[in-house]
Amino acid sequence: MLQSLIVISVYCLVFTFGFFPFAKIQAAMALDVTVGVLRVDYPELAPVSRYDRKPEDLGFAGAGLGNEDNQTTGSFLGHAFSMETATSAPGDLEEAVGSFIGNGLKIIVVIGRGEDVLKVADLAGPDVLVFNASAPETSLRDRDCRANVLHVAPSRVMLADALAQFLVWKKWPRWFLVEGSNPRDVKLAEAYRRAAKKFGARIVEERVFEDTGGSRRADSGHVLVQRQIPVFTQEADEHDVIVAADESDVFALYLPFHAWTPRPVAGSGGLRPVTFHAAHEAWGATQFQRRFEKQSGRYIQPEDYNAWVALRVIGEAVTRAQSDDPQILKDYILSDAFELAAFKGQKVTFRAWNGQMRQPVLLTDSKITVSVSPQDGYLHHRSPLDSLGIDEAESACEAFNN
Amino acid sequence: MMRHLRKFSPKSSLFGRMAPALLLAGSLLVPGPAVANKVFVSNERGNTVTVVDSATWEQIAEFPAGNRPRGIGISPDGKHLYVCASDDDTIKVFDTDTYEFLWSLPSGPDPELFVISPDGSTLYVSNEDDNLVTVVDTAKKTVVAEVPVGVEPEGMAVSPDVRFVVNTSETTNMAHFIATEDYQIKHNVLVDQRPRYARFTNDGKTLYVSSEIGGTVSVIDMLGEAGPELVKKIGFEVAGVQPEWLQPVGMRITSDNKWLFVALGPANRVAVIDAASNEVVRYILVGQRVWQLEFTPGEQYLLTTNGNSNDITVIDVAEQEAVKSIQVGQQPWGVVVAPD
Repeated sequence: MLQSLIVISVYCLVFTFGFFPFAKIQAAMALDVTVGVLRVDYPELAPVSRYDRKPEDLGFAGAGLGNEDNQTTGSFLGHAFSMETATSAPGDLEEAVGSFIGNGLKIIVVIGRGEDVLKVADLAGPDVLVFNASAPETSLRDRDCRANVLHVAPSRVMLADALAQFLVWKKWPRWFLVEGSNPRDVKLAEAYRRAAKKFGARIVEERVFEDTGGSRRADSGHVLVQRQIPVFTQEADEHDVIVAADESDVFALYLPFHAWTPRPVAGSGGLRPVTFHAAHEAWGATQFQRRFEKQSGRYIQPEDYNAWVALRVIGEAVTRAQSDDPQILKDYILSDAFELAAFKGQKVTFRAWNGQMRQPVLLTDSKITVSVSPQDGYLHHRSPLDSLGIDEAESACEAFNN
Repeated sequence: MMRHLRKFSPKSSLFGRMAPALLLAGSLLVPGPAVANKVFVSNERGNTVTVVDSATWEQIAEFPAGNRPRGIGISPDGKHLYVCASDDDTIKVFDTDTYEFLWSLPSGPDPELFVISPDGSTLYVSNEDDNLVTVVDTAKKTVVAEVPVGVEPEGMAVSPDVRFVVNTSETTNMAHFIATEDYQIKHNVLVDQRPRYARFTNDGKTLYVSSEIGGTVSVIDMLGEAGPELVKKIGFEVAGVQPEWLQPVGMRITSDNKWLFVALGPANRVAVIDAASNEVVRYILVGQRVWQLEFTPGEQYLLTTNGNSNDITVIDVAEQEAVKSIQVGQQPWGVVVAPD
């Protein structure tokens, strides 16, 4: 069911224009761009950690800040930006997308799982430009790619490659891979196997942690965890690091300190590869964090950052290409001329062969930025950022004309 | 890292001023009669200002300067030091002789950088979190105007004829030209990603804007037909350095308008640009994460703040070579030199 449809446009614009003494750049065209932001909500258990609870405005808050940034910039150019937000259950996507299309929207940002991003893209049709702001599904950038979808969120293989580079740089090549039993955990484990092979690490031991649906946050949970995890991890082959593939959030956070052998944990627990996190300060990110917190009253989450980037990609393309035509915007975004500053130390750009945004990946222990990949020494003829994820030569994506 | 604050001692300052020739008898650095100028460096993480003597290149004092001091400037008469205490939402004013805190100026929230009008009467401050430029009367200690600009305003420059104040907005990617007569924006010029800093030639004909993430310096002709006009973008290239680490930030131009110096941030180099051709002629290796630049009076030396190596580098301007580095506080951000 379409739960809500909020239009945050008119008074923001009045406010912006009413206060801005704007002097237009010569010959700027007046444009009016409305972006639809659709979040697909799933029935989910409470997270292992309270810190990972999903706020009501997840993603929308980041999109809202991006929309405000676009409005401010647009006010100097005669470009008006607005945003419509909607949440939907996976079964009601047709209604949600239909409502956006009915309102004349030509650009949609989706926060949802891979299969639903595809559904939205196909429902919206080729004339609508869709931004994937959360799904890490590698196949969406590969054999299942769509010409009308650009991926702001990093793929599983990009995240896995980012971590693998760091572990190899550390000279920790022997991995003990623990994967969950749900389909997305299996896919993530596959991304880690691929990364190990790509960067010369070895998986010396593999185990599956079955999701038996047990209670995860019982009051005495740690008592059992403290007894069970050592047993689960004992007698593994000699390893340098435990890599956890647990996208379902079932066990990875329990591995540090509890594993049989004292080894660092990385992946879904311990050192995690992320698109962004609320403690990141380098490259001007402090001021971005402050602006976000002032606006939303909470810390930023990866979905918010991705939605902000998506809105800024749209805004930047409108500013530079002087158009609101989705095809013209897409062509500009995929061109060499496009670049965007996104608080990750270097400009983000897009891969013309599959619509994936090139970006550094942050490695965090959930308190600080421990490192940022690509690591020093991983070279690539085009950009070191292309050492992360699917490269042009190995891409099975055929929807992009190149 | 802990650092003991050096207490100011009038005796050491006097010594520094009275006896530079004695101290420098064996130094190759300063030819001829040296005038000692105080160099003030804001330390963003250390919450202090470090004072260095430009004759001896010794640190002579370090004093608390509020929370997260960044932008730093000095009154034309050399008496007052202005420091943006960003996390205190204020500009603190210090006595340059005694380092005593005198008073605060209203700056608007999160002041990052400012420029001072040539007569010292006005500060133009960028407020990073609130998309504003605040105009402050230094004598009355009041806010004269607040000018809404683009997202994340940073770089500030005032044209030599004081007709325009320029602000660069880092997320909007524009240089905004604000008329000083009515504080209205008259022109906007789009530049590359994350414009950090703006600087006029002293004839006012050219404005340079550095774009950190875009990796370019935009050359803007102030005498364009329809107002300021982007005429060129200067790029950078250093063998062995990834292009994405060539991030232009602080800039200074010699007063004869011949040489433009550009700090390249994490590339740890200062680029030297021939301002006639707008071509890079040389890269000078300095400390890590080089941020802002300032000349000594007379332009014999150029000083650079190096945020990650916690030092400043002294560049011989004529030789275009680094000659010395001096440890300062934690994460040095800005630098200003007292006038003669």
